[in-house]
Amino acid sequence: MPNGIIEQEKLLRVSNLRTRFHIYEGMVTAVDGINLDVYRGETLGIVGESGCGKTVTALSILRLLASPPAEIQGTILFEDMNLLDLNLNEIRKIRGNAISMIFQEPMTSLNPVLTIGEQISEAIRLHQGVARQDAWSKAVEMLQMVQIPSPEMRAYEYPHQLSGGMRQRAMIAMALSCRPRLLLADEPTTALDVTIQAQIVDLMERLKGEFKTSIVLITHNLGLIAEMAKRVLVMYMGKVVEEAPVEDLFQEPLHPYTQGLLESIPWIGKKLKTGRKQLQEIPGIVPSLLEMPEGCRFHPRCSRVMNICSKEEPPLVQKDGHRVLCWLWK
Amino acid sequence: MTETTQPHAWGTQRSADSQLKRNWAKLRRNKAALFGGILILIYLITALLASVLFPGSPSAPNLIHSLERPSIKHPLGTDELGRSILGRVIYGSRVSLLIAIGVVFVGLLVGVPLGLVSGYYGGKVDFGIQRVTDTLLAFPGFLLALALVSVLGVGLKNTIISVGISMVPIYIRLVRGCTLSVKEQTYVEAAKAVGTRDRIILLRHILPNVMIPITIQTSLGMGMGILSAAALGFLGLGVQPPTPEWGAMLGSGRAYLFHAPHVATFPGMAIFLAVLGFNLAGDGLRDVLDPRFRL
Repeated sequence: MPNGIIEQEKLLRVSNLRTRFHIYEGMVTAVDGINLDVYRGETLGIVGESGCGKTVTALSILRLLASPPAEIQGTILFEDMNLLDLNLNEIRKIRGNAISMIFQEPMTSLNPVLTIGEQISEAIRLHQGVARQDAWSKAVEMLQMVQIPSPEMRAYEYPHQLSGGMRQRAMIAMALSCRPRLLLADEPTTALDVTIQAQIVDLMERLKGEFKTSIVLITHNLGLIAEMAKRVLVMYMGKVVEEAPVEDLFQEPLHPYTQGLLESIPWIGKKLKTGRKQLQEIPGIVPSLLEMPEGCRFHPRCSRVMNICSKEEPPLVQKDGHRVLCWLWK
Repeated sequence: MTETTQPHAWGTQRSADSQLKRNWAKLRRNKAALFGGILILIYLITALLASVLFPGSPSAPNLIHSLERPSIKHPLGTDELGRSILGRVIYGSRVSLLIAIGVVFVGLLVGVPLGLVSGYYGGKVDFGIQRVTDTLLAFPGFLLALALVSVLGVGLKNTIISVGISMVPIYIRLVRGCTLSVKEQTYVEAAKAVGTRDRIILLRHILPNVMIPITIQTSLGMGMGILSAAALGFLGLGVQPPTPEWGAMLGSGRAYLFHAPHVATFPGMAIFLAVLGFNLAGDGLRDVLDPRFRL
């Protein structure tokens, strides 16, 4: 049963996840029926513009959205356990322990009134039930592991005494302190400058190898995806519009949105090769979720729009290892 | 013990020290706050050393010397029962300090937890707590205290409870408002993401971050408490004679305002200076601690 083995290797299976928010103006569908699988030890990238539902997907998996106003439907199977069926106490045991999350803003994701050591050891004590001293030395150990210099001393410092890169390391130390099987990294390097980004990427790669953690990497930075991810999902307005292994996606993007995304990256020297004068952009802006376009959601901005695009929702097409949501390939 | 497991605490201490030094320097530059602080200090010393500053009983009548003007023997004169006003003002500071502390204690004890819960959980809990708060806030604070005293009866304990309860809605609103903004911070979400329980999030992550407005309100609340308690005393509904209480002294001195004005003047000044001290210090604390004024 080769199929069975493959099924077992899937750590997380999200199917038909739909997250909606009840707001004053009506109902907003932030994530609209997406499917995603994460295999053990793999890094899955999710890319898309701001507001396409990447972060909401991650928050839905950990059930961190307050409901109401949020309403989550579908199934989120983590090691054959549907996270949406768990009660609050059960999900708390999962959070930080089996599944952890890193946030975008290292400046605000650490509590300003608690020392770094206190915050990391709090997570450890919560899930491992160890004594205060043991948790503290474990926290110092974690700080050492994320290469914070003189960790014994740094553990006594407050977040404002650390630089942005160090805070993100501390955040990673906190997220990994209980050796989670799955790490949701929501724009982990966005707020950092490029050299620090590279260090954080190296660090995450190394720790992934060490802890055998699967990572869901959420970003709008395609360079980071190319560096870290094995498979990539491209999201647009709450839908996964394309899914492909990273090499295929970069070499031959199928969805016009993915093509647009890749063309809008500046490559030094590319101008000469293709004779292009200006950096390409995707025209228009992401429409409001309240005014969802009919048919394909991308059609008002699409360069290869056809008649059918504005009338019917595009089908999911399998092509050359890609899964793409577009009429072009039907 | 924590001392043995955390031997390198100097990093923290150094920064806490420098923060404290910065704040202290700022506070010292603020002349009004400094003046307020000095007033509070004098007030505290007076209350603590009352028996040293004024040996003898402040309540024993001595009718032969009633309503004497200020003299060497009685620097602030005597009241209608011949008791030294100086002594009564000095001992009165004890009563008013007790009231000030008691009042904010009641306010904090009831208001802070309700405000935290109301802001953090929202929904029906919030709705319920806030409608009660609305009702309480609909009365002017002093009127509420007055109504409560008329139910509970007079005396020191009931004064503290009534004035304290009249302050509860202020704390609820303040803490709820701050909680609403703090709970949206990423670090609260991050704490949830590692599986922290609500109780710990409230006590360890949210409460310390709303301490600054609470501290400022506490200083202002002490001034307000003294004033309200004195007003109750003035009306004869507060602390009862012969306990020396500034408001009651003012009230009884009112009858002799024309031929012995010192009887009402000195307790009035004591109330004025104590309230001024707490208000100036509260304003100063706000200027120093409020993050909007930082840097």
